[in-house]
Amino acid sequence: MVTVLVPAALRGETAGVGRLDVTATGTLRAVLDEVAARWPRLIRRLRDEQGELRRYVNVYVDGEDCRQTGGLDTAVRDDAEVQVIPSVAGG
Amino acid sequence: MTALLAIGTGKGLFLATSDDDRKTWQVSGPHFAMTGVYSVAVDKRRATPRLLAGVTSSHFGPSVATSDDLGASWQEPAEPPVAFPAGAGASLERVWQLTPGPVDQPDVVYAGTQPSALFRSVDGGITYELIRPLWDHPHRKQWDAGFGGQAIHTVLPHPDDPAQILVAMSTGGVYRTGDAGASWRPQNTGIRAYFLPDEWPEFGQCVHKVARDAADPERLYAQNHHGVYRSTDGGVSWQSIADGLPSDFGFPMVAHPHRGGTIFTFPLVADGERFPVDRRCRVFRSTDAGDTWQPLTDGLPSGPYYPAVLRDALCVDDADRAGVYFGTRSGEVYASRDEGDSWSLVAAHLPDVLCVRAVEL
Repeated sequence: MVTVLVPAALRGETAGVGRLDVTATGTLRAVLDEVAARWPRLIRRLRDEQGELRRYVNVYVDGEDCRQTGGLDTAVRDDAEVQVIPSVAGG
Repeated sequence: MTALLAIGTGKGLFLATSDDDRKTWQVSGPHFAMTGVYSVAVDKRRATPRLLAGVTSSHFGPSVATSDDLGASWQEPAEPPVAFPAGAGASLERVWQLTPGPVDQPDVVYAGTQPSALFRSVDGGITYELIRPLWDHPHRKQWDAGFGGQAIHTVLPHPDDPAQILVAMSTGGVYRTGDAGASWRPQNTGIRAYFLPDEWPEFGQCVHKVARDAADPERLYAQNHHGVYRSTDGGVSWQSIADGLPSDFGFPMVAHPHRGGTIFTFPLVADGERFPVDRRCRVFRSTDAGDTWQPLTDGLPSGPYYPAVLRDALCVDDADRAGVYFGTRSGEVYASRDEGDSWSLVAAHLPDVLCVRAVEL
C-alpha cells in the first residue's frame, strides 16, 4: 500500500483527509492514475489535463523530488510514501 | 435599485453591492483568495443570476467556478470544466473571458482562454467543450504571445444571429465565424501592427479589446496595441477613431449597454510608457461613435496618477442610466452612476484589479 500525503491546502478536495491509501504501485504515474480515479477533484490540482505535473506542484517519493528521479516514471515501491508539497510560487 | 459589482483581482474575487442606486457600496471578499481572477461574468438570463469566475491558482492551475446565490457559495464540477482534449497538444493556462451567449440561448456560455482557444458551454457555464475549427485554424501556429500570454480575451456573440461570433486575441487579432464556429476568418483590415515588418497583415495584430455597439451590432470598436478603431461592417474593415484621444494606446474598450455610439476607454501614453496620459486619471467617453472624445474626471484623483486600467477592468452595468466602473493595477475601484459624468471610490487598497463586471439585480 502506498501512502499519499496531501497538503492542507488541498484537503478540501479529499473531504479533509491528509493521508490517502493507494493500492497501485510500480510508477508514480500509476499511483497518480489511481488518485485520479478515486479523487478526481484532487488530481486536477496536481496534473493538467494532459497528465503533466503542474509546474509549481512538487511530488516527493520517499523523500526524493520526482523531477530528479524520472518524473512520472519514478519507481514507487509497495510501501512508499508519496508526498505532495506546493512549491514556492506567487507574489 | 440594487447593484452588484464583481471585482476580479490578482489575489481573489471581491463583490461589492449597493442598495441605494449605486451611491454607496459594501465590499466583501476575497473569494478564491490567493488566486488570479482574470474573468468574471454575471449571467442574468436565468431566474437567479449566475456568477461565473475564471480562477487561476499559481500552484494548482485554472478553473471556472459558478455561484447561484450571488457568491455565498461556489461550485466546481469534479472534472476540469475547461480542458483541452487529449491530443490537442496543449493544456489550459488561464480563462481570460467568460461571456454569456445570446438571450435566446440561455444555457450557452463562451470561454476565451490562454492559449488562444474558444470553448462553448451548453449547460450554463458549468462545463465547456473546445471549438475545434478555431483551434485547428492554419493561422494558429503564427499567433504569438504578448506579455500577458497568448490568449483570446474578447468573445462577442452576435445578439441577433447565434451563428455569428467574433473573437479577439493577442496576438492574432480579430476572427469571426458566421457558421456557429465551423469556420473562422481573420477580420483585421485596417488595423495596424507596427511591430511587424508588414504593418498591415491579414492577421497577427495585437488587438487589446473589442466592444459591440448597443444599437447597431455591425458597429464595433477596438482598442489596439496602438490604434483605436471602429468598424461599421461587422469587423470586415476598420477605420481609426483615435484622433480625438490624447493617445491611441490603452487596453479597455467598453460600449454603453443601451445607447448606440457611446463608448469608453482609458488611454495610456504608449507601449513603452504605460502611464495615464499627462499622469492624469481620466476615462474618455465618446457619444458619437468615436468621432469626438471627452475626458471624464469629476470625482477622480486630481494629482499625478500612475496606475493603468487593464483590458477587462473597465465596464458598464445594465441599468437604465448606465453605471460605469473601473479598477486599477493599484487596487482602486471607481464607480459612476451617471454614465461617467461623476465618479466615486468604491474600494481602495485591493490587490491589482484584473477585471470588473456590474449588473443591476
